[in-house]
Amino acid sequence: MNFETTIGLEVHVELKTNTKMFSPSPVQYGAEPNTNTNVIDFGYPGVLPTVNKEAYRLGIMVASAMHSNVSPYTHFDRKNYFYPDNPKAYQITQSEFPLATDGYIEIEVNGYTKKIRLEEMHVEEDAGKNTHGTDGYSSVDLNRQGTALIEIVSKPDIATPDEAQAYLEKLRQIVQFTGASDVKMEEGSMRVDTNISLRPIGQEELGEKAELKNLNSFNHVRLGLAYEEKRQTEILLAGGEIKPETRRFDETTGQTYLLRVKEGKDDYRYFPEPDIPGFHVADSWVEEIKSQIPEMPDVRRKRYVSELGIPEYDANILTQTKEMSDFFNETVENGGDAKLASNWLMGEVNAYLNTNKIDLLESNLTPENLATMIKLIKDGTISSKIAKKVFQETIKNGTEPKAWVEEKGLVQQSDPAVLVPLINDILDNNEQSIEDYKNGKDRAIGFLVGQIMKATRGQANPKVVNKILLEELDKK
Amino acid sequence: MISKEEIAHVAALSRLKFSEEELEMFTPQMDDIIAMAGQLQEVDTTDVVPTNLIVDEVNVFRNDEVEKMQTREELLKNVPETKDGLIRVPSIIDKEDDNQ
Amino acid sequence: MNYLNESIDQLHQNLVHQKLSAKELATNTLDNIKKTDDKFNSFISLNENAPKEAEAITEFDTPLAGIPIAVKDNIVTTEMKTTAASRMLENFVSVYDATVVSKLKDQKAVIIGKPNLDEFAMGSSTETSYFGVSKNPWDHTKVPGGSSGGSATAVASGQVVAALGSDTGGSIRQPSAFTGIFGIKPTYGRVSRWGLIAFSSSLDQIGVMTKRVKDAAYVLNAISGHDERDSTSSMREVPDFTKALNKDVKGLKIAVPKEYFEIGVSDEVKRVVNEAIKVYEENGAIVEEVSLPHTKYVIPTYYLIASSEASSNLQRFDGIRYGFRASDVKSLADVYVKTRSEGFGDEVKRRIMLGTFSLSAGTYDAYFKKAAQLRTLIKQDFDRLFEKYDLVMGPTAPTTAFGIDAKNDDPMTMYANDILTISANMAGIPAASIPAGLASDNMPVGLQIMAQRFDEEAIFNAASFYEDYSKFYEKVPSEMEDK
Repeated sequence: MNFETTIGLEVHVELKTNTKMFSPSPVQYGAEPNTNTNVIDFGYPGVLPTVNKEAYRLGIMVASAMHSNVSPYTHFDRKNYFYPDNPKAYQITQSEFPLATDGYIEIEVNGYTKKIRLEEMHVEEDAGKNTHGTDGYSSVDLNRQGTALIEIVSKPDIATPDEAQAYLEKLRQIVQFTGASDVKMEEGSMRVDTNISLRPIGQEELGEKAELKNLNSFNHVRLGLAYEEKRQTEILLAGGEIKPETRRFDETTGQTYLLRVKEGKDDYRYFPEPDIPGFHVADSWVEEIKSQIPEMPDVRRKRYVSELGIPEYDANILTQTKEMSDFFNETVENGGDAKLASNWLMGEVNAYLNTNKIDLLESNLTPENLATMIKLIKDGTISSKIAKKVFQETIKNGTEPKAWVEEKGLVQQSDPAVLVPLINDILDNNEQSIEDYKNGKDRAIGFLVGQIMKATRGQANPKVVNKILLEELDKK
Repeated sequence: MISKEEIAHVAALSRLKFSEEELEMFTPQMDDIIAMAGQLQEVDTTDVVPTNLIVDEVNVFRNDEVEKMQTREELLKNVPETKDGLIRVPSIIDKEDDNQ
Repeated sequence: MNYLNESIDQLHQNLVHQKLSAKELATNTLDNIKKTDDKFNSFISLNENAPKEAEAITEFDTPLAGIPIAVKDNIVTTEMKTTAASRMLENFVSVYDATVVSKLKDQKAVIIGKPNLDEFAMGSSTETSYFGVSKNPWDHTKVPGGSSGGSATAVASGQVVAALGSDTGGSIRQPSAFTGIFGIKPTYGRVSRWGLIAFSSSLDQIGVMTKRVKDAAYVLNAISGHDERDSTSSMREVPDFTKALNKDVKGLKIAVPKEYFEIGVSDEVKRVVNEAIKVYEENGAIVEEVSLPHTKYVIPTYYLIASSEASSNLQRFDGIRYGFRASDVKSLADVYVKTRSEGFGDEVKRRIMLGTFSLSAGTYDAYFKKAAQLRTLIKQDFDRLFEKYDLVMGPTAPTTAFGIDAKNDDPMTMYANDILTISANMAGIPAASIPAGLASDNMPVGLQIMAQRFDEEAIFNAASFYEDYSKFYEKVPSEMEDK
């Protein structure tokens, strides 16, 4: 029997706001425990939530970037459950009327493209953090409590672990380009829950699904799903049945392990949040937000190819992150040649960032400086050899290339008025070489160029030198 | 009649525990109350939109500006057990619901 | 001193003309409360620092400057503990003040103490208080009503001139009726709920209890208005309620629902209330009998909605971040279950259970959602009346104050007591109780006055008229006569 796989993904993304979803506490990763909290985050008696407008705006932006329909009416609901990192014992979320419905993400995987449809997305608050000691105690830090989240739920369109990974990469890329989140798995600003089920090909109804937890990277998602696909196939082929259960992925073994069997549905007792009036989101606001969405990676990629003549492959790499793409855009806007800018960013710049393990924005390189340097190369002011020196200086110390090149006397010598007498001087002192040249010994050219470079301390423009040298030799 | 199982389920969701004695008093009371609530079934509410809140205002937002309200020291003052600025609770056994 | 014959105007004049200082007033108030509270059990906490705070008040440039006011003990304060009359918060001191408390302080009022209430405001008698029942000043064997029973006894016995209460299903009006004082629950959204320990968020509203109508207007002026911390608080302009006391009822259209004289309403209550309404008619008001057809459903509707919200609101009391934690807890499950089972009283547990049941996945549509739909129908009944009438009048409670322990065994009889007050919370409208007179058992009867949303002025006007006519405030509660 052959089976088809259905994968569902629920992605939580922390929205990049100054304050929390329902309280004016600061949002800041890595602060001292419980310092970014107030009575609201602590769930004190008598406190009330207030809705962060920026979180809503960013939510609408993400929804729009994914072609979702922003709901004309939304309200918040309470999801009730007891846990130490959930101080009110309810999470304020949206269940009945989510922020947006439908929409899709287009993925490219193994040479084909596919639209993955979205079910809905909603804004909600994050929980705090529990840590479990070995002394029989757990500790609670409420700094993260109340951080604004958007949850994006896919429709059951994903059919392979590869598609799941491609979906996540694309989702991250889109969110990253809106600027609504840092979307960093390692800092928890993007978190993934997934479920997977198998059914005989042709069967309408979805099979029983298992949920996977503890997926700390896209790679783990793919590996976990692949393992799970294999495990479920084997059970089904052996005539067994899949139980609804939650499983944990173990990165050291690459296998999934049973966490718990789900008995019936969880009873979260959802009901409308009575502390917050509803929201009628005006079309004009949605339109205004849409107009603020930065150009998406797909659009940029196409533009790079068609307008700037960048090869498809390079355009792809340049649009991996918004930082890189914005940097490239600005370099070009500052007059840097597109092809050179692309080569430098993908080559030297990336190499430098990898070696030093820093992000582009953490380096001291600016688009202005990169553009200036490219212009210096392009107009022959510096040689590409010298350019590498200039690059190291400007990315390390933020030095302005033009001034530095002048100050250090690194300007390439291309002026015939200087080079012609100099070359003639050298020719006059090397008559044997002229002789050799006339006798067809090309090696003589190399020798002469070497002499010229030596005399100019390497700053003569090799192209110009070659040209003048040949001209002068012919005159002899 | 509400069953003992239902009462037990609701009590578990509420994180409440009742002695046998308490249950004997509670169960018929709950039964009466739920029977009273059952009277509502006789009203036809087809197409009646539920009312959850009566306010004039919609779209009540807060601007995204940080406000420092309390210090950690103030907030930890009422916490039964703390350590190094953290709130302490006896071990959580069921850990799988933790977000990473 | 006591406040039986005082008004805020008079006290203000005395302070302005230095007949007494704010400090003396605070000290005298505390002394009298201490002298009399064994008898009434009005207060859970007193502000021993009040005289010192009052000493700093030397300019009496607001009507409330230097006036001691009691704040129901489910409204959080930093200078006294806030218990909600529960073991759960027996020793809890808030680290922030409720907005109403800050507003009173801004007006230089002195918060003198925290009156008793039913545990988490769940009850109609103060008998569910962890700190014992308060006693009705008209008969100490009877309850003062609830849940704002401590506020009611404090005002009725002259311990304070004004007290804040909270009203979810009648918790200001019913005790006001039982103790012969004026009590107003404003429109939902008129007063910020920031710092009011939530019982039922969509129904709770803070209000004022005083002997004199004008005094309530002063205090309501001080505490009303939009609060950025409460998204459900109204942004409407707040009128000066003291300007609404025109005592003019000529041409006023008054609706009297016939259902308010049916279900379980005693003959004596009917008689006293009908006589009061007749006074309005005799003075030019147009009184008509009307129907509020969904009245018989208000009790189940209310108990489902209020208990559902309460079951969620009270989940935060888990022994982890503040308040009571059971001793001898070995696991997290223990912390939750033992703390909550030992920290909450029976009535609170009943409502948590009912609410949790009503919100459960399998019962949500039949209970919670059904009740929310009934709420719509109840509200529409009122909307229709207010298209034609300025006010709705009837009794506040079906009976006069009942005996302590009389209804304790049967929650259903206790719940039935709220039938006449619940609807105003359901519809979000303002409603008040004003003493209509005494019944044959010599206990006060309340006349309830309801108006359209945000028309508290109509209530103040009508109440000031009847107060002027009856001069009920001159009557001294029987338990006070020997003093």
